[in-house]
Order: sequence, then structure tokens, then C-alpha cells
Amino acid sequence: MRYLPLTDTDRSDMLATIGADTIDDLFSDVPEEARLDGPIRGLPMHASEMAVEKHMRLLSKKNLAASDAAFFLGAGAYKHHVPASVDHIIQRGEFLTAYTPYQPEIAQGTLQMLFEFQTQVARLYGCAVANASMYDGSTACWEAVAMAGRVTKRSRAVLSGALHPHYAEVVKTMAKFTGDTIAGASPSIQPEPDTAGLIARIDDDTSCVVVQYPDILGRVNDLNEIADAAHAKGALLVVVNTEPVALGALKAPGDMGADIVVGEGQSIGVGLQFGGPYLGLFAVRDPKHVRQMPGRLCGETTDAEGKRGFVLTLSTREQHIRREKATSNICTNSGLCALAFSVHMTLLGEKGLRQLAAENHRLACLAADKLAAIPGVEVLNTAFFNEFTITVKTDARAMVRKLADKNVLAGVSLARLFPNVDTLSSRLLVAVTETTSEADIETLCSALKEELS
Amino acid sequence: MARYFTDEHEWIDVEGDTATVGITDYAQEQLGDIVFVELPDVGAMLEKGKDAAVVESVKAASDVYAPITGEVTEANDALEEDPALVNTSPEEEGWFFKLTIGDRDEMEGLMDLKAYKAFVDEL
Amino acid sequence: MKAPNKSGWKPSMQSDDGMQSGPATNSGNRALMLEEPLLFEIGNTDMTGVDLPEIDPSATTRMGGLERVDSIGLAGLSEPETVRHYTRLSRQNYAIDLGLFPLGSCTMKHNPRLNEKVARMPGFADVHPLQPVDTVRGALEVINELAHWLIDLTGMHGVAMSPKAGAHGELCGMLCIRAALEARGDARKVVLCPESAHGTNPATAAFAGYTTEDIPAGKDGRVDLEALKARLGPDIAAVMITNPNTCGLFERDMKAISDAVHAAGGFVYCDGANFNAIVGKVRPGDLGVDAMHINLHKTFSTPHGGGGPGSGPVVLSEALSPYGPLPYTARTKDGVVHLVEEEQADAFSEEHSDGKMQSFGRMTAFHGQMGMFTRALTYMLSHGADGLRQVAEDAVLNANYVLRSLEDLLHAPYADSGPCMHEALFGDKGFGDDLSTLDLAKGMIDEGYHPMTVYFPLVVHGAMLVEPTETESKTALDQFIASFRSVAQRANAGDASLKQAPYYAPRRRLDETQAARKPVLAYREQSPPAGKPTLSEQGGS
Repeated sequence: MRYLPLTDTDRSDMLATIGADTIDDLFSDVPEEARLDGPIRGLPMHASEMAVEKHMRLLSKKNLAASDAAFFLGAGAYKHHVPASVDHIIQRGEFLTAYTPYQPEIAQGTLQMLFEFQTQVARLYGCAVANASMYDGSTACWEAVAMAGRVTKRSRAVLSGALHPHYAEVVKTMAKFTGDTIAGASPSIQPEPDTAGLIARIDDDTSCVVVQYPDILGRVNDLNEIADAAHAKGALLVVVNTEPVALGALKAPGDMGADIVVGEGQSIGVGLQFGGPYLGLFAVRDPKHVRQMPGRLCGETTDAEGKRGFVLTLSTREQHIRREKATSNICTNSGLCALAFSVHMTLLGEKGLRQLAAENHRLACLAADKLAAIPGVEVLNTAFFNEFTITVKTDARAMVRKLADKNVLAGVSLARLFPNVDTLSSRLLVAVTETTSEADIETLCSALKEELS
Repeated sequence: MARYFTDEHEWIDVEGDTATVGITDYAQEQLGDIVFVELPDVGAMLEKGKDAAVVESVKAASDVYAPITGEVTEANDALEEDPALVNTSPEEEGWFFKLTIGDRDEMEGLMDLKAYKAFVDEL
Repeated sequence: MKAPNKSGWKPSMQSDDGMQSGPATNSGNRALMLEEPLLFEIGNTDMTGVDLPEIDPSATTRMGGLERVDSIGLAGLSEPETVRHYTRLSRQNYAIDLGLFPLGSCTMKHNPRLNEKVARMPGFADVHPLQPVDTVRGALEVINELAHWLIDLTGMHGVAMSPKAGAHGELCGMLCIRAALEARGDARKVVLCPESAHGTNPATAAFAGYTTEDIPAGKDGRVDLEALKARLGPDIAAVMITNPNTCGLFERDMKAISDAVHAAGGFVYCDGANFNAIVGKVRPGDLGVDAMHINLHKTFSTPHGGGGPGSGPVVLSEALSPYGPLPYTARTKDGVVHLVEEEQADAFSEEHSDGKMQSFGRMTAFHGQMGMFTRALTYMLSHGADGLRQVAEDAVLNANYVLRSLEDLLHAPYADSGPCMHEALFGDKGFGDDLSTLDLAKGMIDEGYHPMTVYFPLVVHGAMLVEPTETESKTALDQFIASFRSVAQRANAGDASLKQAPYYAPRRRLDETQAARKPVLAYREQSPPAGKPTLSEQGGS
């Protein structure tokens, strides 16, 4: 077996040193009746690298890769170009095969990277402090709700109806067990978000209001009014962002009064990967809330010679010390995805991020105009970044399936996202990024025309 | 003024109807450098033996329990700015909080200095 | 407070005595040991390493007047500078690729590169989670094939694939237990965990709404069965046990524990962090376990990546399987693998499992860590049933070899009770005056090794937990043992120079007290020298 360096001679020499006759003597604590007498039956035996690669390649071929289609899917996961150097750097063994930086003297590479990452995320979000990442946007969203409960000592969270339904489901699932009350709502399918309706649901027991920006329908609106209304009731504003590229063009949530900003970082540096691993981002606007944050934090300090260095800090919040009183049970972060994000963000810089955002928006505007010109298609949004909702005069979900056969992945139907809301069958969410060519847009438009004629 | 000690390494100064609570020199020595102290809110009702405050060193967080039942009247805000006071002056400037004395009977069973010293020597 | 500072670790063990090591250099570099400034000190907001179209300032936008006008303050670098920045940073890290990484409980084994290659195949890496199901049949088959392996290797009934990491998997398992109890109208409130448990266990139980109590341990480092039995009753929802446990020992009474817990109406959660010690040798299902998470990054070698991403599928007993999270995959009799989300859940359950499935809900936005599934499945196929069995045997052999090669020098609290499993545990008893486990650990850094896990588990004073893993050769082990013995001898002899170790790492001991008292968690520009704009004052676009 190519991954196991011990030889049979080594094994018998080592058993002799240990003073055991056979390897099974080392398993003597395992009750006889529970010991397996040989390799588990029904599973294949070991295989060569070539054979395994072939098997996996065949499985991979049964999927339609996004790059092989005219591709318009978004809804929390976006196809962006990842520069080649990002993947090169995350495959350096010193990053790939390192552990959590608990021994800081020999982990400054990971630690300095995390400190830079935290700074990048905090600035992107308009916040003071960001942590070293969470599992993904949806679990970060729940962690924000839980944190708001600790800060306000209240347990009723108000969710916008235009929050990603899977995020809302995660929050509701967790709340069932923690005893929090979650006030959800159905999405209001209007050109603009229903801010007044959301504000009306905030009461004196509300711990936080959770809004998505841009929202699940791709709409964007000023959050200051919601922030003021939440703060007037003593509640926090939690803003969820699933498309970080948008913040290269749109005002930051932290600059509009958001107290906790969380989101999905996948767009920057991390590929689609069928949904994971992704990168949860988590930041707070006011540094006084730092001690209530979940997850790892990296901080600056000095070493015994006075040189600047970095360590994981404020770890008394965490499970390995606080145990049942920890702010979260989270143990890992998404270290390597955070590295990919940070490298990609460094390559972009502010200039590149703004250009990237502008290009996404330009192409999205172009697509929206071309789609709106098709008889039987309407664009819902007045404002959007790179994703918007259209109405088609047919069953959108069936149409998406049908178009997939023609290598057109036309978007995410709202009926798939909101299976319990039955008025959405004609709605389709369309995302456009810098990877979308104008030819792709033409392909989508002709396919829609054909379908709708 | 009388000073008492608990077997959880807290000290209590009793003056009239008010008690001042902190952790002992032995406790701070065991914990090492204190980096953060979480104090109860003024007005909070504490119950004897229940969580009252948290004292943190770099890699340990320890609960400080209320030695008696009562209402918090003051918390030592200086610890927020300078938690190291717990190390440098644990039994004076590094006090944690003051509370009203609800039930004097609860003082029974607390140790005096001599008894506490003997208790620590046994550890 | 109760027993302040049980582990014995103290910040004051960090010494601030410097030691001169050769003449200072102008750059601060020491040959190949290169200092690297922060990104924000070398980059600026006008530099970029990508070629994108210039922004057309006359273009109309449809962003509702919410344009971001102020500078964001994101520093950029050109591509060559970027590659150099991160390459230089990478060289300040220890890694498995550099040497033996004996972190107990963490399982730092070799990460085969075929796994990386496979994960990057476009059919896996470039697939959106919400594509029409017919365009992702291969991805669903990977999930299902991996699920099949996990079920067979553990002898369990079902598996929940979506949890994002070990602790998330623990939560999933505990939520299944709670859902199962609630389904029978049983509101039990207490979860028992041994004191030696990973911190995630009590944290998870608390998050799932339970109060936790300690399970007493016996003198042999294992759960005290009689004491546990005495505590069992109608209020105990579950017992969380790590097996092999965090002392590196197999819980001999596991089956009896499970039987007793079941008889009292509770469930058995097994923390599968140490499954790598028994994979292919013992099946947790045969020991009466109801739920166990599997850290794919431990047993099945997906890379740790400096702290994640992990992946934590949870295998479940027949009693718990109906409650697992959405979405899930299932192969029906016709051979088709289905993706079951909220929408299909009820109908699918009616049609294929007599309506038994009653998922507790969704734990994450999509389908779990697909990028880790492809790596783990590749690892399993490479090893096969025979290779995985050999993995456990070699891991246990290597750990016992370390244990028996050090026990004359170091206090090995459970060495007399028999062999260890995949990790060897030592304590600090016998060290010279003022020397601690931390000092020994830092001495190992100078020897060129990542230290073992220290101060865990809490049940041994100054604990050192050594897990060599099966991917170390005998030569590598012998070199490691020689270094370990040398540092242990210095610790026993009271060699005060250890107190300032490491001497040769990129950094000397770091001041963690300062970091925690005055947290600096993001870069802030210093006041600039006259005439030089700060990063935040420079124009953005």
C-alpha cells in the first residue's frame, strides 16, 4: 500500500521492542467478539492510483460542469474566475498540510494570513473586527442570531422574507433546539423589498432583525432605516451577504448601521464545488461585541525578542476552554478557504475588486435589458447587483430542466428555493458574473425565446 | 470590618449591610496573568453558590460564585480597563463587586483568614 | 471557583529573556528565514494582480443609489508580489509535508495528492449546488458511494452527510437524539460526558439544549462503568463517549456501557475523532453506538489546511436514522440516487420508507463538504478494505512503539494497564524544577518537530498526547524518539535553557497575555510620515 511506509520487517522489529507477539496483542482491550477477523466483506481491496483516478473521473463525467454550459445560477453560490496563482498557493504543503496554529512560533504563516484575512473581511463589510471564518454563510447566519441573543439577552429573531430560504431553514432548525423564537415570513415578490412590513414586525422582545443584502431576489436597498428601527427597539441588525463581490460596488452593511455582518465568501477564491467547502464570514461593527463573537480570532502581539507576531487570542470564548459555556461549539474554521479568499482578494486589491464588481454589474444590466426585450419575460427588480428575478410565462422550473439538456443552465427557479410557496412557479433567479460572455447571454435569450414562443 | 473566605477562593469583606467580593491571592497566583474579568450588572440578584463573575487568564476561564445571596450594588469598573489589577492587588484594588447582604446566616461556614490559610496549605 | 487551573498551564511560563543568536542583519532576515511585512504595509489600493476592464465612469448603474464611494482600504499586489508574499509566509509554517506532526487527537497523517487532483476535476469542482438534478448525477453518486463506505466501515444503519466539520457532526448526532426522544414524548434533560472529553462534547450538548454532567473515570483512564450505571436514569438523554478515548485507550466496557444506557432509555453518542485507530478492526455499530461523527480530515486524510475546512458525516443507528438532516441522498431499488430536500421529503418517505423519515431539518445551505467527499472517497478506494485495516494496525503499532520507547524517561500514567491505541499519553511528573510541559514542547520545536498535543486531556497534569499516525516510517519514528528522549532528559534534569525555547523558530515565545489584554484583531494604519498618505486616504477608484 503506497501510503504506508512500514515494512513487514519493521513491523516485527517494532513488535519485539514493544514486547508483543502479534499486532492483535495491541488490540487486546477490544472484546474478542467485537474484533473483525479480516477486511470487511463487500468492500473492494486496495487499488492503484491509476485505477482510482479512472473511477473518479468516470463519476465526474456524469456531471455537467458550469464552464461547459451557458451558466446563470446564483442564489448563494456564484461562478467567478479564480486566478491560477490562488490554487497554486493553497496547494503549498506548508499551508495545505498544517494544523490549526496552536503553536504560534511555527505557524506565523497561517497566523499572519488570518490577521490579513480578518482585516480584509472587516474592511469589505465596513466593520471593526472579523473572525478567522466559519463553516459557511448559512451557519454563520445562525451564529449571528445566537450571538444577538447573548448581547441583547432576548430570544426572538425576526427574519426578512427575502433571506435565502436555506439560511432561514438552518436558523429555524437550530432555534427548535435552543428554544429561540424565529419570526419568518414569505418573500414578497415586489420590485423593492418590503422594508415597512419588516420594520412593523420588530417588537420589544426582538433580539435581532436579519436581512439579506443583496437579497434572495437580487434586490438592494438602503439599510439605514431598518437599522434605526431595530436600534430604537434595542435589537441588533444582522446583515447577510451571499455575494461579496457586490461590496466592491455597493455600500457596506457596516456603514449602514448593521451590528453583525455575516456572509458567504465562496465568490472570492473558492470554487462552486457542489456546495462545499465554502467560507463563512463573520464581523461586528462595534469592537465591544468581540467577546460575544463565535469562532477563532487571530491577534497581534510581540515575541520575547520584541518582534511582531500573531497568535490565536480570546480563546476563552471557545469550546476547548469554555466547554458547555462556550459561545459556539465550532472547532474548525475554513482555514484553507480563508487563504484562497485572502490570496484572491490580494490579487484583486481595491482597484481590481471595484473593476470586477463593475464588470459583473455591467453584464447583469446587459442581460436584464436583453431578457426584458423578450416577449413573455419581465424583470422584477428596480435595483440589483449581478443577480435579478425575472418572470416567464411558463413553469420556470420545468423550463430550467428542459434547457439544461441544451447546455443552458438558465438560473435557479424560485419554486425550487421556496417549495412551500405556491405562487412562484413563473419566477426565475438569474445571476450574471464576469465569467458570463455576451454570447452566453445571447444563448440564454434565444433559448428563452424558443421556449416561450 | 470582617474578612471571610470561601473554599472556592473568594474573599468577602463585610461592612454594615454591604459585602465586597474578590478572589484571593492564592487564586490569582494559580491562574497566572488575568486578561479579562466579566462582572455582574449592578442591580443583578445573585444567589449563593451560583455564577457571579468570570475571570479569565489566557487559556482558562473560571467562574466566580456568589459567596452569599444579595443584590449587586457596585462592580469594579477599573478591572475592565486593567484586569492586571487582579494580579497586582487581588485583595484590595482588584475587588470584583459589592452586594447587599440578604441573609446573615449564610455567613456561617465561611472561613476566617487563619482557617483559609490552613485550607490552602492542605491543597 | 473550582480547582483553579487544573491543567497547570500558566502564561508566566512564557519567558521574556532574549538570547542573542549571531549578529543582527540589516534586513532582519536570517538567510532563508525571511521576514515578511503585512500585506497592508507593502500593497496599496491602486495595485492589482488581475487584468479587468477599466471602469467606465459614464456607465449607468442600477444599484438604487447605493454606490460605495468611500475607499474600502483593500491593499492589492501584482501577481509576482502576491506569489512571493504568500510563499514567504508559507515558509513560517510547520506542516506534515515537512516532518512528523505528532499532535494527539488531531491525526496529522500524509495527505495523498491524488485526492487533490480528483477534487479539482471540473465535474466535481465546477458544479453548482442548485443545478438540475439530472446534471449532477455523478456528484450524488459520490455522496452515496461514500455513505455506503462509511456505513459498512462502522456497521451502522444510516449516515447524515451534510455536517460541515466534526463539531457540526456532533451537533447533528445530538439533534437526532433529541428529535428521537421528543418523538416519543420523552423530555430528558441531561447528557453525561467524561472529564477527558473534547471540549466540543459539552459545548455541543449545551447547544442542543442539554445540561451536562461529568462521567467519573476509573484509575485505568477509562469510564467507571459502575459509577456510570449508578447515575443512569429517566433524566439521562445520552452519554457521549470518545472511543478510543482521549487518553488513547480503548473503552473495554463499551458494549456494557451501551447496553446499560439503552436499558435506561438513553442513547449513546460516540465521538469518532479517534476512529482511525480502529477502522477496519472494530465496527462501532457492534458496540451499541447510536450516533458517531467521522472527521474525514482525520481518519480519511482530507487536508487540515491550517484549521479547516473539515467534514463531519454522522453514522446513525436504526433508531436515529429517520431523524437525520435534510438534504440527503438515497438510492432506490431501481438504482437511481435521489436528492431529497424539504420539498420531496414527505413524499419520498411515504414511498420508500413507510413514512418513517422525520428529518429534524436543515443544518447547512447545501449538501455538505463535497470537496472533502471526493478526497475521502479517493482515499478509501486507494486503501480498500484491506488497506484501511492496515492503517489502524500501523497507527496503533507506531503509537505503542513511541510509548515503550519513552516510558522509562517520562511519566506514562496508563502504560501499565496495557497497550495504547493510536496515541501515547505522558504527564509532567518528574520534570526538574520550574520546567513544564510547555517548555518541553517548545524544545521539540527547536529539534525540528511540531510539538505533541499539550495540556489535553485535562485528566493528566501537564499532559502530552503523542499521535505519530501510520504514515511515518520506522526511520522517521526513531529520529523523532531520539529527539523526544533528548528533550525529555533535559526536562528531567532541570535544564533551564528549555525555558526560553524555541531559539531557532521564526519567532520566540509570543506574549499571549498582551494579545488578550489589549486585542489587536485587524490592521490599523499608523499615522503617516509627513506628506505620505495612509492607505485609507489613497483614492479607491
